[in-house]
Amino acid sequence: MLTIKNLTVKFPSRFGDFTAIEDVDMTIKPGEIHGLVGESGAGKSTVGAAAIGLLQSPGYVSNGTLTLGNTDLRTLTLAQAHKVRGDRISMIFQDPQTSLNPLMTIEDQLIETIQAHSDASISTARKRAVYLLEEIGIKNAAQRIKAYPHQFSGGMRQRVVIALAVSTDPELIIADEPTTALDVAVQSQVLDLIQRLAKERQIAFMLITHDIGVIAQVADRVTVMRKGRVIETGNTAQVLGTPKHSYTQALMDAVPPLDRKIDRFRVPDAGDTVSTLGDFAENWLLKGQLHDLTGLSLKNLTVRFAGPRTSFFRKPPPYIALDDVTLNIKPGSIMGLVGESGSGKSTLAKTITGLITPSHGTMTLGDTALPFGKSRSRHHLSRQLVQMVFQDPYSSLNSRHRVGDILTEPLWFYGFIKDAKEREKLAASMLSLVGMQPDAITKYPHQFSGGQRQRIAVARALLARPRFLICDEPTSALDVSIQAEILNLLKELQTKFGLTILFISHNLAVVRQMADETAVLRNGKIEEVGETHAVYTTPKAEYTKSLLALTPVMPTYCKI
Amino acid sequence: MIAFVKKNEGFWLFVHSPAAMVAAIFAVIILLGAVFAPWIALVNPYDLASFSLFDGLLPPVWLDGANPKYLLGTDDQGRDMISSILYGARLSLVIGLSALTIAAVLGVGLGLAAGYYGGRFDAIVMRIADVQLALPAILTALLIDGIARGILPAAIQQDLRVAVLTLAIALSLWVNFARTARASTFMHMNKEYVQAAIMMGQHPLRVMFVHILPNILGPLLVIMTVDLASAILLEATLSFLGIGLPADSPSLGTLIRIGMQFLLSGEWWILWIPTMFLVVLVVSINILGDFLRDLFNPRLR
Amino acid sequence: MVYFILKRMLQSVFVMMAVAFLAFSLFRFVGDPITQMTGVETSVEDQERLREELGLNDPFIYQFLRFTGDMLKGDFGFSYRTRQPVADMIASRIPATFELGVVALMISLLVGVPAGVYTALKPRGVLTQTILMTTLVGVSIPTFVIGIMLIFIFGVQLGWLPTFGRGGTFKIGAWESSLFTIDGWRALLLPAITLGVYQLTLTMRLVRAEMMEVMRSDYIRFAMARGVPMRSLHYKHALANTMVPVITIIGLQFGGVIAFSIVTESVFQWPGMGLLFLESIRFVDIPVMGVYLVVIAFFFVLVNLIVDLLYVAIDPRLRIRDV
Repeated sequence: MLTIKNLTVKFPSRFGDFTAIEDVDMTIKPGEIHGLVGESGAGKSTVGAAAIGLLQSPGYVSNGTLTLGNTDLRTLTLAQAHKVRGDRISMIFQDPQTSLNPLMTIEDQLIETIQAHSDASISTARKRAVYLLEEIGIKNAAQRIKAYPHQFSGGMRQRVVIALAVSTDPELIIADEPTTALDVAVQSQVLDLIQRLAKERQIAFMLITHDIGVIAQVADRVTVMRKGRVIETGNTAQVLGTPKHSYTQALMDAVPPLDRKIDRFRVPDAGDTVSTLGDFAENWLLKGQLHDLTGLSLKNLTVRFAGPRTSFFRKPPPYIALDDVTLNIKPGSIMGLVGESGSGKSTLAKTITGLITPSHGTMTLGDTALPFGKSRSRHHLSRQLVQMVFQDPYSSLNSRHRVGDILTEPLWFYGFIKDAKEREKLAASMLSLVGMQPDAITKYPHQFSGGQRQRIAVARALLARPRFLICDEPTSALDVSIQAEILNLLKELQTKFGLTILFISHNLAVVRQMADETAVLRNGKIEEVGETHAVYTTPKAEYTKSLLALTPVMPTYCKI
Repeated sequence: MIAFVKKNEGFWLFVHSPAAMVAAIFAVIILLGAVFAPWIALVNPYDLASFSLFDGLLPPVWLDGANPKYLLGTDDQGRDMISSILYGARLSLVIGLSALTIAAVLGVGLGLAAGYYGGRFDAIVMRIADVQLALPAILTALLIDGIARGILPAAIQQDLRVAVLTLAIALSLWVNFARTARASTFMHMNKEYVQAAIMMGQHPLRVMFVHILPNILGPLLVIMTVDLASAILLEATLSFLGIGLPADSPSLGTLIRIGMQFLLSGEWWILWIPTMFLVVLVVSINILGDFLRDLFNPRLR
Repeated sequence: MVYFILKRMLQSVFVMMAVAFLAFSLFRFVGDPITQMTGVETSVEDQERLREELGLNDPFIYQFLRFTGDMLKGDFGFSYRTRQPVADMIASRIPATFELGVVALMISLLVGVPAGVYTALKPRGVLTQTILMTTLVGVSIPTFVIGIMLIFIFGVQLGWLPTFGRGGTFKIGAWESSLFTIDGWRALLLPAITLGVYQLTLTMRLVRAEMMEVMRSDYIRFAMARGVPMRSLHYKHALANTMVPVITIIGLQFGGVIAFSIVTESVFQWPGMGLLFLESIRFVDIPVMGVYLVVIAFFFVLVNLIVDLLYVAIDPRLRIRDV
């Protein structure tokens, strides 16, 4: 049993000590899955790292106690602590692609780990390793064990990681975002596995995640953290169903439900200051529209990439990224596009914007045909009418340019406004329209948080006077409360300015909140398109059904 | 507060890194000395009338028989060592900096374009870089020098020595810039801010120079410092091999080559003082380069 | 895997062709070969006949192909200066440079890799800081100055070691080696250290940077978290992964060894290819310069092909491709 009391971790810096977590209390019993949830910067991972004694240098535990069973973890010497690692506490990392040594076979890594903590002979260790892999759900384990990590798929690799973590029979496993890098289908398998291991082997799990759905699905108890402090802790049903703290409540409100549509998320400081600063930009956008609502229709769109070349003599088989995609996005509507990683969602966005050249098919924006890829001239009208909001607000804004320069670029580039002062004025007004202070134009992107940057990105897109907006996973890099704000903003702007939006996401619940119609993409093929409510309640395609079934759902007790 | 700290982090680290501070002070002093050599040097080493054989082989002031007028002594011709070194450093820096500029412009231009366009153009540039790599810097420089000897009439050769040397050094350094610029450009091509610019229909030159270039300046700056050190070393090496500059317009390398004649005699200062000076200059530049490398790669800190 | 190696070989052939072309252009355009080969007393008619005989009036591309063909057959032409076959001149110099380079590379690896590992594992230690500072000074001292300093200390002041030439050599067939006599080793020591020091600092800094990068990776942290013994963690896991990029760069460093062997050979009057090259530049002996280029490029390309094979041997991701 792990007991943490008054845990405080500090990181010395040249501006004094930075306190990462403070006064954290937590107990995890054998066989218990203890969820540790919070937004970025809450200090969840620091708790896990402190427990296993692997705090990133120069962090240190300045106060509190950490006990595992009868062992006081803080008093251990470095060598003793290293013995405890693996033997009694183990860990699972987020990204299975990078957590295994690429140069060693699975067998070598497993045998080495087993032998490090027992005096098993090589053959005993190998037997145990094979048995473990079978238990963890790897078929044909006796042969697969000889393989290198890169020969396994992402989900299988995470299983191997889990096998390694349990290979030494630890009492406690710290799982740091173990399913964040995985698709829903694999995620649900991994969560099942964790649940089984907890029950059968009585392993205690510290499950660190930002995803409340995951917690709701598997955790017995949950601790909510914010800014390095514990907000509340208790049984999962109690904490999520009847939160005592307003922060937990706000967090729950921000989670988009899968089973129904809500018009607007309740955001903590919803008292949006009514400001007239944005009116200038609003009028500019409304009056200057030269085009009616603009839809987009795609017919038989196919994109092929050259596969990896392995021979001089044979042409490599092409990789089909988009396969005969036909999609009609009605003017002024929001089309949601869902699919797992590698399904071709982003390829579709890039094809529409001309970054990728399809091999055949047609694209029609409004009533003009869109030329493909490089054959689309740099002055084509669609370059202005179609704009995009990207996934990663940290890389979508040029960090060396002032926010003002970023925002005014479309204004002079498309020749809307000749006067530089006038451009700045409009940019400032646009900032206030998307809920930011207008003085932001003098600053640089790195001075803003992820959510603020995404607002700037939206402002930049609007300043091109677009009719068609592509949002490619616009909130997947953001915390859930920020996601709620951005989704609110996008909805508002869409109704105000009559934009047509292609909303791309891997998150079914988010798409449900946003889209009028939803298309489901898998391996480059459209599995199903339809009115959103119909797709979610009466899905036709088997694939859609399984996706919906596997997505973690808030249990009924969480309903507000 | 956080923004303020971030913005001035480089400066803060600089002030708190004694090695970088000392190196910068040395580099600045040498630079100033080189720039103002004609005004501060005691004699003009190019002007035979400004020194006299009677002052020859005087030791530095802390040894017996020194003339306090010549702080670091004189060479066999009677030239003041300090003056020779200042003029030598001036020449070395002029050659180094011009070669560096040519290499940077050529290399960054090609690297950006190769990273931006990819495909066949990239393949061609990289193959040329491969060939250049198979012929290392000194070899390239020697070769160009050899060619110049073969083609140019003897009369012009002397006049063009500096130009040939600069070109030789520049051609052997451009690959570093090209490879770094290309690798960084590749990385940034996948970033969404670049895609946004391309999507808007901005001109490729604008995307390359206004959007990408400012973002890849960090690693390029590191290459620039390290290569300035290489350029100075290369010039010194070539002059030492007797292929660089002639004895009547001595750079640091030439001074060391001349000093070699005194390796076995008692007049050690004619060899070791210019050598020390060259080493201090290059060490300073390399320390600054190291500091910049750490600054731009915070994970190594 | 086969494709990867074939592709690299094709690239190597391209590099060789380009260098051969360079050498040929040198020979053809830098100075007139005929005036170099004949004396002043040769008549214009004789010169013209020679020109025709040597095929210098043929189309350019023929001449280049013939030049390449001759090279492949081992016919490298004659030196302008000594009138000897260039092939013999270069061949007699290869052993000296080869042994110098190999011993220098050995020094650089045997000291550089352990030092790099140590400084990466103990980044804040006093010894680490000392080593780092020393290597920084090391890369800043030109090779020829290191040579001069070694000569000054061990040759002139202490008088322990010879300062020029190869000392006693031992003949194995046509190969003159200094590795089998004490005298030979004494002569080899200073030049090899001179040449090795610069490479050593580069190797060390590279190993250090890569190792620190690897130590921060998820798989090392995961290995840490499951209590893999420290020794295995550092050497089996971390060092092996470090070697993948390091090997590539060491292949490229080979070029540096060649380049600085010219300087080292000049300082120590070491009778290798580099010294020959320097002499040929001084006398504008174009055929020797050209052939030297081709030979150097050939070794460079060869070493890098070996590096690619090593790369494949170390990294299973290049060997086995199936998911």
